[in-house]
Amino acid sequence: MAQAKVIRALAGKALLPFAVPCSMALAPVAAPSATKRRCVDTRMAGEQTRTASDARRSALMAAAQAGDRVAYETLLRDCVPFIAGLARRQGVPPESTDDVVQEVLLTVHRARATYDPRRSFEAWLRVIVERRAVDCLRRTRRHGRREVHAPFAYASHADETIDLAAGLHRREDAARIGAALAHLPRRQREAVRHLMLEERSLGDAAVLTGRSTGSLKVNLHRALNALRLKINRGD
Amino acid sequence: MDGRHDRLIGALAANLAPVRRLPRPLLRTLFWLLLVAAIAAALAMFSNGAATWQRMAASSDMWLAALGSIATAAAAAFAAFVLNLPDRSRAWVLLPLPAAVLWVAASGLGCLRAYVLPGTHVAAIGETRDCLAFIVGLSVPLSAALIVMLRRGYSLTPYLAAAMAGLAAAAAAATLLNLFHPFDAAATDLAVHAVAVAVVIAAARALGGRFLQNSFAGPVTFLPGGSN
Repeated sequence: MAQAKVIRALAGKALLPFAVPCSMALAPVAAPSATKRRCVDTRMAGEQTRTASDARRSALMAAAQAGDRVAYETLLRDCVPFIAGLARRQGVPPESTDDVVQEVLLTVHRARATYDPRRSFEAWLRVIVERRAVDCLRRTRRHGRREVHAPFAYASHADETIDLAAGLHRREDAARIGAALAHLPRRQREAVRHLMLEERSLGDAAVLTGRSTGSLKVNLHRALNALRLKINRGD
Repeated sequence: MDGRHDRLIGALAANLAPVRRLPRPLLRTLFWLLLVAAIAAALAMFSNGAATWQRMAASSDMWLAALGSIATAAAAAFAAFVLNLPDRSRAWVLLPLPAAVLWVAASGLGCLRAYVLPGTHVAAIGETRDCLAFIVGLSVPLSAALIVMLRRGYSLTPYLAAAMAGLAAAAAAATLLNLFHPFDAAATDLAVHAVAVAVVIAAARALGGRFLQNSFAGPVTFLPGGSN
């Protein structure tokens, strides 16, 4: 009978968001145990809180529609955990929850003119969250079909474009050119070293060697011809 | 809370502008129907009203077909405006179905009578081409007006809302065609009407849907990386 009294009292104060069936409110019931009574009271309190929070959010949204920035910021901050919870319940993976929250916040901003304060704000928001969550899941599934997440396979994959003998060939070439250079006269060798290997300008090389630029150019030309002949002969 | 959310909320709130709430779907539908009525009144000045009345009075199914088409237009426009609100069910798309069934069935009856009654004028190919041009041509401004109105809302299913707008415009154009229809519905005529309606719905869905989606997905006027 105590349970019926609680229900009648709450219904009388218009705190119940649903109609109470007569059989439930008026039928004689056995006196509930303390645990049972606590469950009923908690459920009623939960419904009351939900309704109160919905009314508060609805009022904040109405103020935001009128241009109240503080109310809007308060509302959006208040809604973030609600949105994240709903998204997780829709099956959005934890790493994508923040993306869904961001998309929902943007959608709320763009769609704020469509909210009617006579209707439930949470119901309005819930539909938007569900829709954005479905979009996210579809996107994830599409990516999953196209791409495979295999970090070990990626790390251990052999790059077939690499020429394993390239380093060896480079070393052999360097040895051959070095040997050919050693056989050149000193002035030609200096010209090659300064102008080609150390990539100095003609003026710098002239200062360093104390020779004229014309002499350097002639020596470089002769040195390159001699090297070409030597390497082509295979000496 | 994630820093990203903080920054986004700060930016959204800093750039908040007051918005005018959308009027109810019924009110928006009535506004669009007023536009259709104005076009009908303008067209009536060029039509032979006596002949139209005589034709309509001669057969009850023509009345039924006209009633069906105007009800389809009204119901489809209402469904489009309801779908323009994110929290409404997509089941509203079924709203124009009963009226559309009445429209098609009554037109089909007229089509049957064309074979039963001797001496009924059956539309020639040239005349049906005119019908097609009339429905498609008149649907362009009507559906454009609807889609411009839909831009104010936010549909989570823009293509569905645009298709409903196309159906509403095509049904309204088919109703207004009665003013100039010098013959009863025959099978060829009915087929041409069906093709015209399908063309308008498909075009509205493709073009209008993309237009609505782009407008909904458009950039929000703030700098997400800003200091606000």
